[in-house]
Amino acid sequence: MHLHDVWFVLIAVLWTGYFFLEGFDFGIGVLTKLLARDRTERRVLINTIGPVWDGNEVWLLTAGGATFAAFPDWYATLFSGFYLPLLVILVCLIVRGVAFEYRHKRSEESWQRNWERAIFWCSLIPAFLWGAVFANMVRGVPIGADKNFAGNLLDLINPYALLGGLVTLTLFTFHGAVFAALKTVGDIRTRARRLAGWLGLVTAALAAAFLVWTQLDSGGTGSLVAMVIAVLALAGALVMNGRGREGWAFGLSGVTIAAAVAMLFLSLFPDVMPSSLDAEWSLTAENAASSPYTLKIMTWIAGVMTPVVLAYQAWTYWVFRQRIGTQHIPVDAH
Amino acid sequence: MDLALAPETLARWQFGITTVYHYLFVPLTISLAAFTAGLETAWVRTGKEKYFHATKFWGKLFLINIAMGVVTGIVQEFQFGMNWSDYSRFVGDVFGAPLAMEALIAFFFESTFIGLWIFGWDKLPKKIHCACIWIVAIGTTLSAYFILAANSWMQHPVGYSIDKATGRAELTDMWAVLTQNTTLVVVFHTLTAAFLTGAAFVVGIASYHLLRAKRAQDRGEELPEKQRRQVGAMRSSLRAALVIAVIAGLGTAISGDRLGKVMFEQQPMKMAAAEALWETEAPAPFSIFAIGDVSEGHNSVEFSVPGILSFLAHDNFSASVPGINDIAEREAKLYGGEPEDYIPSIFMTFWGFRLMIGFGMASFAAGAIGLWTTRRKLWLAPDKRTGEYEVPRLMLTKNREMSAFFTTWSWRIGLLTMGFPLIANSFGWIFTEMGRQPWVVYGLMRTSDAVSPGVSQTEVVISMSVFTLLYGVLAVIEVKLLAKYAKAGPDVDEKPPAKDPKLRFPKPGDPGAPGGGDAASAEDADKPMTFAY
Repeated sequence: MHLHDVWFVLIAVLWTGYFFLEGFDFGIGVLTKLLARDRTERRVLINTIGPVWDGNEVWLLTAGGATFAAFPDWYATLFSGFYLPLLVILVCLIVRGVAFEYRHKRSEESWQRNWERAIFWCSLIPAFLWGAVFANMVRGVPIGADKNFAGNLLDLINPYALLGGLVTLTLFTFHGAVFAALKTVGDIRTRARRLAGWLGLVTAALAAAFLVWTQLDSGGTGSLVAMVIAVLALAGALVMNGRGREGWAFGLSGVTIAAAVAMLFLSLFPDVMPSSLDAEWSLTAENAASSPYTLKIMTWIAGVMTPVVLAYQAWTYWVFRQRIGTQHIPVDAH
Repeated sequence: MDLALAPETLARWQFGITTVYHYLFVPLTISLAAFTAGLETAWVRTGKEKYFHATKFWGKLFLINIAMGVVTGIVQEFQFGMNWSDYSRFVGDVFGAPLAMEALIAFFFESTFIGLWIFGWDKLPKKIHCACIWIVAIGTTLSAYFILAANSWMQHPVGYSIDKATGRAELTDMWAVLTQNTTLVVVFHTLTAAFLTGAAFVVGIASYHLLRAKRAQDRGEELPEKQRRQVGAMRSSLRAALVIAVIAGLGTAISGDRLGKVMFEQQPMKMAAAEALWETEAPAPFSIFAIGDVSEGHNSVEFSVPGILSFLAHDNFSASVPGINDIAEREAKLYGGEPEDYIPSIFMTFWGFRLMIGFGMASFAAGAIGLWTTRRKLWLAPDKRTGEYEVPRLMLTKNREMSAFFTTWSWRIGLLTMGFPLIANSFGWIFTEMGRQPWVVYGLMRTSDAVSPGVSQTEVVISMSVFTLLYGVLAVIEVKLLAKYAKAGPDVDEKPPAKDPKLRFPKPGDPGAPGGGDAASAEDADKPMTFAY
């Protein structure tokens, strides 16, 4: 196995980590409107991810930085090609991060309401756009002989990409609802579980359509296996959620995300960004990669640091393992 | 949309706006993290409540600030790919590695442990909680190191070769990139300047509170207990910050001098431009003030001190320093084109350099004066000394106090110079980045060749407008919030966590464990969070 293939896998792992972790963060953001009935309940939801959302988001920065280092051409084409969707994602991540930190800093009603709106919309929009971006990446976009994106915004708007966006939006919201059931206590926990059941069914319908479409379009044996795992895990998550086994349900909704991301990357390989103009012009794990020396250094660093990061992030979740209910929300928080 | 602009102009403006803005938060984050960590350590070691209240107070301002630093940092990471895709393709092999290391090592540290610190006051034993903020501080410093290593490579590329087939730069020696003298000196300079920035920030806010308390005293009012304790927290913060300001200010000056010498060697044009030194001179003078014109190639007005520039460049008062015209001609011969192609904006570099030094050193001077006048015991008559919870008298000599007018103005200057290092930092970066032009990677790639060919002008206009607008709105919100919390002062009624929670899996029979609950633990489990969003 070449180093650039190893790095293809590692990039997939980083994106999986990102979607697994920030997936439920986005979901929680969406649920602040969908599930919470009042401000205290909204705060219960926000505080389930309070200590961890920032660390979760760093998986995106690491995925971006690692792509830059390991596949400069992939990084350059992806980010300049998907310019406007990424701009919107960036704006949302900025506003959302500030919203979490600043919402409770003033007691005025309008101040708090506006930041709460920001949390909802700036969670919902990126949850949709990431799916659309990845669907387009798998489907192929116009890439010229010079490796540059040669299309425009309209090339990124197509049924497959829109479906991909809906799948990530519903899947992340489902994942968030399962997480909420796992992390809260009281009435909101029961309602989170009930809502997760409905969300899971919608997700299953949309995801099945999207994954089958992907399989027919660009799949192989590997992606077929990943697809089957994703579907089974989603069904399992639904069953476990129904039975009130919240830990299992969350684990399985996580497996669904991981398997779905794996499927997308397996259908990409050996390309990283197929060109819809000419297969010759596609970016591949080989022609977009950095030199073996750089990859070797990066492999060492990733090999040493990733387990360390996983260990202390896991410890953080353990420290904040206590469930949160409305009784835990201090009245005067600022 | 068709603007009569070079494609790189807009992309450069966007980079300039977003980066200068991001860099308002970075140095404060670096220094306030360490400052807060120091205060929490003082609390853990001494158990004095004033340190606890100071920790919470500066920690709050630190968090308002780091939130902005983190979110504007995301843009920095993606902007290379979005607006500078040809640059990214050319340098990714070299430049991407420190960036990925920054994310994997530094960002994870910062973001994970900041969460533990914010929410962990009642979940973690004191010492571990304190360790968390130290890890955040280490994370911010490591982050600075990696990104400065990447930037130093753009200033002075080392440890690479140009691949013949692809034409891109490829890494041959990672160690050289991480340890070249440009990197080390720049890291030293940037970190000391960051600590000067944080120190001035703390001095400013502490001065505000101490002046307010002093005025109440002068009116003959007895300070209420609450304000007296705030004074205690502010006084300790002020003294600590003044010490930092002096050490960091001195460090900034020394490292700045070293960095100047490195730059005279590696980018003589930048330094000649910084001095508006048009012709090679031996000995070369240091220009205090000059007005010139690029098209004329000389200065029309100039005041200068002879020999100083020679000393700055070579530690020798009579050494020759090459001028702009000679360097431009040499570079034109080496890289092709006309000499004027290689002259950066003299106005921006010359004045950027002066504003950087001027504002930075003014802040250093204010710190040094403050450190002397607020001293506690040294060369001070016993009856002039002030207690731990009193506003310090500003003492010039052993028995001589500043007049009421100068005392008031000294505290005001403390407050008014609060932002000086921020201005110095911004101009420092503007100077060093604009002074490298026309190069994005010195000697290897021009800025005009670095932009994304596939991105339309409309797209760049949209993104630049969106960021400018968004950043403007957020700046107003942030400054108002900082002012609100800074004015409120430390919440001295807050009680520090009484007992350390246990950090292990609960055993059956423990309070709070399943099956082992008693009345107290049931109450504990329903206790409101000490901090909640």
